[in-house]
Amino acid sequence: MPQQYSNVKATLAMSKASFRSILRSPSAVVFTLAFPLIFILVFGFIGGGGIKLDVGVAKDNNQQNPIYQALKKIPAIRLVETQSAEEMKKDLEKGRLDGIIDIHTNPGKLPAYTVSVQYTKASLANGNILKSLLNNVFYQINMHAPGAPKPVAELRETTVEGRVYKTIDFILPGQLGFSLLSTGVFGTAFVFISLRLTLVIKRFFATPVQRFSIVLGEALARITFALIGALFIILIGHFAFGFTLIHGFITVINMLVLATVGVIVFMGFGFTISGIAKNETSVPPIANIVTLPQFLLSGTFFSINAFPSWLQPISKALPLTYLNDAMRKVAFEGAGLTDVSHQLLILAIWGIGIYAVAIKTFKWE
Amino acid sequence: MVKQPIITVKNLVKKYGNFVAVDQVDFEVFEGEIFGLLGPNGAGKTTTLEILETLRDKTSGEVFVDGFSVDKDAGSIKKRIGVQLQAAGYYPNLTLTELIELFSGLYGVNVSPMEMLAKVSLTDKAKAKYKELSGGQKQRFSIATTLINNPRIVFLDEPTTGLDPQARRNLWDLIRSIRSEGTTVVITTHYMDEAEILCDRVAFVDAGKIIGIDSPDHFIDQLVASGFEREKQVKSANLEDVFINLTGKELREI
Repeated sequence: MPQQYSNVKATLAMSKASFRSILRSPSAVVFTLAFPLIFILVFGFIGGGGIKLDVGVAKDNNQQNPIYQALKKIPAIRLVETQSAEEMKKDLEKGRLDGIIDIHTNPGKLPAYTVSVQYTKASLANGNILKSLLNNVFYQINMHAPGAPKPVAELRETTVEGRVYKTIDFILPGQLGFSLLSTGVFGTAFVFISLRLTLVIKRFFATPVQRFSIVLGEALARITFALIGALFIILIGHFAFGFTLIHGFITVINMLVLATVGVIVFMGFGFTISGIAKNETSVPPIANIVTLPQFLLSGTFFSINAFPSWLQPISKALPLTYLNDAMRKVAFEGAGLTDVSHQLLILAIWGIGIYAVAIKTFKWE
Repeated sequence: MVKQPIITVKNLVKKYGNFVAVDQVDFEVFEGEIFGLLGPNGAGKTTTLEILETLRDKTSGEVFVDGFSVDKDAGSIKKRIGVQLQAAGYYPNLTLTELIELFSGLYGVNVSPMEMLAKVSLTDKAKAKYKELSGGQKQRFSIATTLINNPRIVFLDEPTTGLDPQARRNLWDLIRSIRSEGTTVVITTHYMDEAEILCDRVAFVDAGKIIGIDSPDHFIDQLVASGFEREKQVKSANLEDVFINLTGKELREI
């Protein structure tokens, strides 16, 4: 008699076939690897366009002093006045602030104002711009002081240690998220709808294979492909553009774990779309409804903080936002997976929700 | 030798809403024969076939395939049959070898892809993709996938539709060789010459009912005995014979 039928063997055969097929499908390779890499190249070389300097100002500073007023008039400088000294220090180290200034008024004495400036190595280039802007301001104020031989204002500068937060550190996790999103959504949706329409699945059903083997085999292949793509993007980013991997290998592993969670959630959208779409041509419009908003609003290219406040609740509802956020925390800040449990929780909620819908909408024939 | 039924269909009914696709059908297929289901489009041939293949639920009736009930033992049936679907595609981007590997995984058997392809004379296409094959080659490949699990019965749904006369004859030889290995063949076709040459017995299906089961010879003799005459006397050759005679039996495949 024939040997015992093995579901594991069937699943692996399915997986192997699917993986081979993905590798030979141009669109999968383009969406997963080429697109993200092109964006990384573009942003890696160009860097950010217009420069905005975020400068922390101590809350207790007197805002009427001429130095503060002069700084406020410079369009390139954004004064952050709401943070505590503690918060400002942290942000400075991370490079979220380009500098902190503390303006002391010395009543009746000269210099009338002492301005302490802290720069950060995390943002040296912006620090230098801030420095020259400050020098400019001081020069003007000192010139205008009537007949004063001594400087009216004095500049005291220090630079704090910090890690350099490069453009790539922001762009790469976003592109990685985008890559996982398109592999998960487009790849899964296209494969299942085409297997269904060309009766490939029907032919499979004439063999002893179980349904879960087909889905699981497909999923395994896609996850493997997505992870290889992710690893490729991370390594190119690291070695070619200096993408920061704080704990090296551990960070890569953590990122791959996040990538797995992400692609599983996004595949749920793919399954749902393959069920809703009538044919292959109706896949892209539906899939774009899912991917485009996330592509634009989930902090893939710009920090969601840059969006107007009415848009932020939408951003904060999207799963990719949390994947991107978790990726950046893990890669740049060296967070462990437990530190991003909030993000993982929200991804899990999305996952449960979308698979509940997928089970309802998925069609085999 | 007593003919042993390998498929038994009793009172089979399949309804789609109010439409009765298969209406109280009874028949048996004997072990080792080539059995033809004949009838116009929409007669219910494919539906009947797909119920036997466990791909479609029936509304009522009983179906036993190689001793197993389609209700209770669909899994056992699937292991014992080979199925060629009308117009089924294959997994995209894979070569024939890889597709055979996939199916042997799905059937849970170990076969050599080259041996399987040799059975249908496609070894020189081992590295080709399914979509690159000619019509006849596609059908031959489909049949190769039905033989992977060394089945007791193969079901072929219109395997020769759209093929040229050479490819059709080539497929007949293949089907005969499958039967000569002891495999029972159930086939549907629109070509009566094909059924006449190939099938041991045929069932005529119309509007979901079986309106006659017998050997092709018997059917023809009966009709002639009833006084039937063709409007035009048949010559001892037809135009297809001329076609084959002029163009040769060689397969036209690149």
